[in-house]
Amino acid sequence: MNINLTMIGQAIAFFIFVVFCMKYVWPPVIQALREREKKIADGLQAAEHAQKDLELAQEKVAKQLREAKQQAAEIIEQANKRANQMLEEAKDQARTEGERLITAAKAEIDQEKNRAKESLRAEVAALALAGAEKILETSVDAGAHSNMLDKLAAEL
Amino acid sequence: MAGENPTASEYIQHHLQNLTFGNHPEHGWSFAHTAQEAKEMGFWAVHVDSLGWSIALGALFVWLFRKAAVKATSGVPSGLQNFVEIMVDFVDKSVKETFHGKNAVIAPLALTIFCWIFLMNLMDLVPVDFLPRLFQVVTGNEHAYFKVVPTTDVNVTLGMSLSVFFLIIYYSIKVKGVGGFLGELTLQPFGKWMLPFNLLLEGVGLIAKPISLALRLFGNLYAGELLFILIALMPLWVQWVLSVPWAIFHILVIVLQAFIFMMLTIVYLSMAHEDH
Repeated sequence: MNINLTMIGQAIAFFIFVVFCMKYVWPPVIQALREREKKIADGLQAAEHAQKDLELAQEKVAKQLREAKQQAAEIIEQANKRANQMLEEAKDQARTEGERLITAAKAEIDQEKNRAKESLRAEVAALALAGAEKILETSVDAGAHSNMLDKLAAEL
Repeated sequence: MAGENPTASEYIQHHLQNLTFGNHPEHGWSFAHTAQEAKEMGFWAVHVDSLGWSIALGALFVWLFRKAAVKATSGVPSGLQNFVEIMVDFVDKSVKETFHGKNAVIAPLALTIFCWIFLMNLMDLVPVDFLPRLFQVVTGNEHAYFKVVPTTDVNVTLGMSLSVFFLIIYYSIKVKGVGGFLGELTLQPFGKWMLPFNLLLEGVGLIAKPISLALRLFGNLYAGELLFILIALMPLWVQWVLSVPWAIFHILVIVLQAFIFMMLTIVYLSMAHEDH
């Protein structure tokens, strides 16, 4: 166990290695570690933030969906109402049109009936006249008796 | 084993002798050929093997960590960077737990101490005869001394612990001033009327720090090395039965001793920073 210069040499080497480590090894590594620590912390924070954002967005989506559904229901209801209304209107229209047609037809029928009565009346007058002629065996002056005939026809 | 069959004690002594280069009173600057010659060289000698391995391993540490540090990014780490970051983070946490002041030196110092001592201790797990034999073959000198575990050389551990000791004194004076440091040495624990006694007590406490730091590491590794050497003396068929469990246990010792050296350095320096 000789104590000798080796000790001094070791101390010098020790000094050099420590200085080298202090200057060129420790700072970059510890800096990288710190940076990564910060990165991870930031990342975690961002993730948390995103999670919160997601929740907010989901809430918003749900709300919008609810609103949209409500709106759609309203629209459908309105459309139904409108359709019913239109149906009613169409029915009304059809009814009035029908009535109008019926009255027109009735009027025409009345007219036809009157015309038929008129001609029938004329024919009856002629027939009556002919019958009266046969009975009387004399001619009846249609002109002289037309007043009476018309009266007769009007009574028919 | 070297050349002819040596006796057990010769084998052990050969293994515990460093490759020494120094100023011999008779031969001048040369390699010591015997333990006696190495002793005669006195202080002006260098254990080439200890210092060589320690510098090589320190350089390996510095190179490996620098390589990772250059590429260090805050992105996804991989391979070497991962490992280096684990080490740095581990040391950083240990320092932060113990040392509460602000000092840019302590953490890198602790990292260097831990990794370097761990690597030097790790050499203990290389089979005891492997590297010395290789060295003897390469140099052609059958009797060359070669110790591969730097921390089994008390010079190496003392060199480190004395550096730490000087840092302790430097920071004590820097933080507390010369007066504060001397006051701490002399005015406690018994007040100024017991000044000589206080100085003795605190002085021993202060000196004991580097000595205990160096001798603890040295003693543990020396004992471990010696056991490996003793096991290597056994017959071949029984060696592995003993050396494998011991090596496995020794892994714990290696890491633990590196950790203890680092932790105590942090504690001592943190004490140097604290004002009473």
